[in-house]
Amino acid sequence: MDESTEQLNRVFAALADPTRRALVARLAGADATVGELAQPHNMSLQAISKHVKVLEEAGLVRRSKDAQRRPVHLDAEVFDLMTKWIERYRQEAEQRYRRLDALLDRMADDDSPRTDLEDAS
Amino acid sequence: MTTTKHQTQILADSNVPTIEIVREFDAPAEQVFRAHVDPDLYARWVGPRSVTTRITRWDARTGGEWAFANDRDGEEIATFYGSFHEVRPHERIVWTFTYEGVPDGVALETLTFEKLEGGRTRLRVLSVVEDFQTRDGILASGMDTGVNEGYDKLDELLAEES
Repeated sequence: MDESTEQLNRVFAALADPTRRALVARLAGADATVGELAQPHNMSLQAISKHVKVLEEAGLVRRSKDAQRRPVHLDAEVFDLMTKWIERYRQEAEQRYRRLDALLDRMADDDSPRTDLEDAS
Repeated sequence: MTTTKHQTQILADSNVPTIEIVREFDAPAEQVFRAHVDPDLYARWVGPRSVTTRITRWDARTGGEWAFANDRDGEEIATFYGSFHEVRPHERIVWTFTYEGVPDGVALETLTFEKLEGGRTRLRVLSVVEDFQTRDGILASGMDTGVNEGYDKLDELLAEES
């Protein structure tokens, strides 16, 4: 396994948890402190901190070292990679269905005896 | 990038580990359905262009089974199998899907063929897997559409990112 595959595995493992997915969704809107992140979750700060650490180790978020509040910032680059992968998956499905389009065209020609082909297009 | 009348849509739910594919066809539901249950027709479109699909078991009835192999240059590169849980003519197919390279992995796929006006069809394929990690892994690998297809490009992409 190369390094990038391992990073992706870490990303998937980090996002496998529903709480961490919710944190990421929240951070997609704006940076937030651990305290702000904890509010809607009914969880201790320690528990949220642990989740943030997992996200950090997966390279999904960064915490600024300087500010006292140390807001959590979402690293969008990893998501760009995910978006590219999903788009590639979509294109593969599209290629498959274009082959099906062509096949359906030929099937329509073969089924000519039936007069239900309305050329209303 | 070419644009066509019908673009495949992919929906990855954030609450459940599913992938939904939605695509419309300019053909009646009966034909789109037939292209999924007739093994000769299915083999002609399902695999990536660079491989041939060889059906090894096919009994497209409720309670039936299916299996096929993908060959490239005469060499077998991947095998898949599953069950036909339900086959409801021209309306719905529910099947399981396992890539034998990952023997413990199984997807439950529900295909619905919606009749649209003008003899057209909307196909929905809802695929449910065990957990988010598996779901995201499938999205990221495009595995079910060609195993090694496009991996060179992927390597390039990853090289750019690292």
